[in-house]
Amino acid sequence: MAANGFSGTRMAKWLVSGPPLLYLLVFFAAPALIMVLASVRSPGEFGGLAPLVDESGRLDLNTESYVRLFTESVYLQVFVKSAWYALLTTLACLALAYPLATLIAKSPKKHRDLLLLLVILPFWSNFLIRIYAWMIILGPNAALARMVNGVLAWFGAGPVPLLFSAFAVLTCLVYVHLPFMVLPLYANLEKHDQALLDAAQDLGANAWNRFWRITFPLSLPGVYAGSALVFIPALGIFAIPDILGGPDDTLIGNLIKQQFLETRDWPFGSVLSIMLTVAALLLAGIAAWVGRRGAAGAARA
Amino acid sequence: MALLEIQGVTRRFGDFAAVDDVSLAVEAGEFFTLLGPSGCGKTTLLRMVAGFDLPDAGRILLNGEDLADRPPELRPVRTVFQSYALFPHMTVEGNVAFPLQMANVKASERPARIAAALEDVRLIGFGKRYPHELSGGQKQRVAIARALVTHPTMLLLDEPLAALDAKLREELQVELINLQKEVGIAFVYVTHDQTEALALSHRIAVMNRGRVEQLDEPSKIYGFPRTKFVADFIGQCNLFSGPVTANEAGTVTVDVKGLGPVRVAARSAIAAGAQGTVALRPEKIRISPSAPLDTPDNHFRGKVADLLYMGDVTVYRVETPGGTRIEALLANSQSGRAKFFEVGDAVETSWHVDAGHFIAE
Amino acid sequence: MRRRSPWLWAAALAAYAFLYVPLIIVVVYSFNDSRLNAEWVGFTLDWYRKLAANDDMLAAAGNSLLIALTASLVATVLGTMAGVALHRYRLRLLPILVLAPIAIPEILMGVSLLIFFVLLNFTLGLVSVALAHIAFCIGFVAIVVRARLAGMDESLTEAARDCGATPARAFRHVTLPLIMPGVVAGALMAFTLSIDDFVITFFTAGAGTVTLPLLIYSMIKISVTPEVNAVSTLLMLLTLLLIVVAAKLSPTLLRSDRET
Repeated sequence: MAANGFSGTRMAKWLVSGPPLLYLLVFFAAPALIMVLASVRSPGEFGGLAPLVDESGRLDLNTESYVRLFTESVYLQVFVKSAWYALLTTLACLALAYPLATLIAKSPKKHRDLLLLLVILPFWSNFLIRIYAWMIILGPNAALARMVNGVLAWFGAGPVPLLFSAFAVLTCLVYVHLPFMVLPLYANLEKHDQALLDAAQDLGANAWNRFWRITFPLSLPGVYAGSALVFIPALGIFAIPDILGGPDDTLIGNLIKQQFLETRDWPFGSVLSIMLTVAALLLAGIAAWVGRRGAAGAARA
Repeated sequence: MALLEIQGVTRRFGDFAAVDDVSLAVEAGEFFTLLGPSGCGKTTLLRMVAGFDLPDAGRILLNGEDLADRPPELRPVRTVFQSYALFPHMTVEGNVAFPLQMANVKASERPARIAAALEDVRLIGFGKRYPHELSGGQKQRVAIARALVTHPTMLLLDEPLAALDAKLREELQVELINLQKEVGIAFVYVTHDQTEALALSHRIAVMNRGRVEQLDEPSKIYGFPRTKFVADFIGQCNLFSGPVTANEAGTVTVDVKGLGPVRVAARSAIAAGAQGTVALRPEKIRISPSAPLDTPDNHFRGKVADLLYMGDVTVYRVETPGGTRIEALLANSQSGRAKFFEVGDAVETSWHVDAGHFIAE
Repeated sequence: MRRRSPWLWAAALAAYAFLYVPLIIVVVYSFNDSRLNAEWVGFTLDWYRKLAANDDMLAAAGNSLLIALTASLVATVLGTMAGVALHRYRLRLLPILVLAPIAIPEILMGVSLLIFFVLLNFTLGLVSVALAHIAFCIGFVAIVVRARLAGMDESLTEAARDCGATPARAFRHVTLPLIMPGVVAGALMAFTLSIDDFVITFFTAGAGTVTLPLLIYSMIKISVTPEVNAVSTLLMLLTLLLIVVAAKLSPTLLRSDRET
């Protein structure tokens, strides 16, 4: 019998939570654990993984791949570059999303749903289409490139390729992740009490002060949530640099793809993936912790 | 044997005892009310009778049977929820039919029973409507019909009229009394509204902080409150507290600071020096410009500090030289005169020894 | 009446333009009578005709549809169960397993499943892709269903129990009908996510299996023609249609305020 009669029997609990739990254990948890195991094995002769037990019957486990990651600096550089790109993306998204979220939050209630929908709709188009669209816009023969290069030529500077560059990668990163920054920001801004701003104005604060000293601090939980929702996926992105990036724009995601599908050094690829996962989980954990503290602080206020 | 017996029931949430060793019995056919302020445990107790919560200690017996192992759907009690809890995706008919469906009553028998239930609550003709098309009072009636359609042993009502406005509430109160008499089953009613409790119930259990302070008929609760809490919670009451200075020949004298000796008729074994309280209802106090001729045992002079004109009565708050406030109630029965006294008037308040009620601490 | 700063309007409008102009360009150029996506030459439906005749494209579309139907069906059932379990019971492992696939970068699921399938000697193909899609769709459905349950009046389930319904019957007669719009919305979302998925499919499809996004990817990398624009436009239309249907079925799903 359950502790309180309403919840139903324990059997019901397992009947309901069992199947999804089982599925995810098999197709999510198990692969993750296998990947951890793979990171300490040797690469196979023709790619993939070497047999777990070698000819002499010993378990073939080693930390060569980990050592390689930490000693060859080029890999750490890629991690740093990925973090840098993710950071720039987050900041740009914040700058673009803030006015948008503010506008929607201040709109009359009946418009808000439509305006939000308009922000989310592009997200529902195919991911590759959104990348492809930027290929068109930044293409060498397209209007934008010709305009920019035309202006540069005026100053005697050489033509600058917009496509296959860091600029293209970053623009598309921002483009793809913008809705994720707008939504949490909006959810937070919507709850702001206009009376606080009126009081501030009454006490002599101008528009900038009202924003910086009242609106922005109160919106921080939304900022952190949105930043986490942008930074973490952006860290692991590979399709965008793969399609729009140049040879200098190899990020962690591209490295991982290379290791698994081209170089076929699976142990090393696993090491890279685990590092990325650890980074992502750490950041998610920090974001959640900051979010909880912020909520507690706001509750005390 | 009583219909419902609650024996030593306790329910804790962490360190906090929501229901603390409560024992009471409800008889068949009676309108029994659990009355108390929010947080007193009345709703928790009701939910344990319904089966939505289990006691940490004690037993709940229905017709002598321990209900401990029975989930809500197997208990022959029905609940009327405060929020009505009508299924929004079913019509009124569908809602009322639901318990019949769950009891596997034959489909051919259902329409007659549904019609009878709707007639009991005077909602014939509303069968095809949806809950969102009904007014608050109509929704409540559907909830009652749904609860009664399977002829349960007992009906539990959790502040069912709380969300309705005053006039509608009064109407439905009268309907509830009549319905209960007609249907003849025991109603266990939960409310924080003491006027409602006094009007509806055969017996009231006044609860505070998880305990029952007094269980009695309404008139006894009103006239002879057993504790200061009950005296204060039910209606308006003057509470004069102080050490007992004398207890002889059926009269206790309490020395109230800022007022003086107050004498009250009481059969009590209380010793001099112990604390006691005299509970005095405002309507029992006489106010006159000067001392009345029959010199009652208690009379104190003072000035009218406040008055509240309430239409049918006026409440006067008289302040004595010692600083005590005495609240008295006078009916404004003389037409043409709104009130008898004005603020600032010097008056004499008086009452007999048997007007008050003594509460030992 | 509050004055709204014109700067705010301008910035917001710029953001909306930023969001939509690229997509509009894709659509417009799908009708462009030119191989280069550079400037407008003339109107034509040629690219759509080429698309209809493209066997690879049709096969890929068929694969995507099949996978999406299977995955969304299974994910909806499992996700609804997960959503109910998350709402009703205090669980420790399930929330993590359900939410993690959504929180971490997609590539991680892709490569881990690749190792998993290969080690089990499981041939990579339609089935492996479907299994992978189900894994990450469960979380989305669970979140939607849980939100819908949270917005539902708890006393309704109690009232059903009070009226004599066992927990199972209460769920069937009262809870399920009331959360159904959420379940359907979750199903549609899972379908859309599956049809659009690229990263996870990329790693778990193996050599011979092509879905629509994978085909688009190879077209983009190898030879870009406005056929890509055409298929993109059609895909966008399909998604739009699905969202409209979802919104009609579950008006509160897209509502910004909380109401049952």
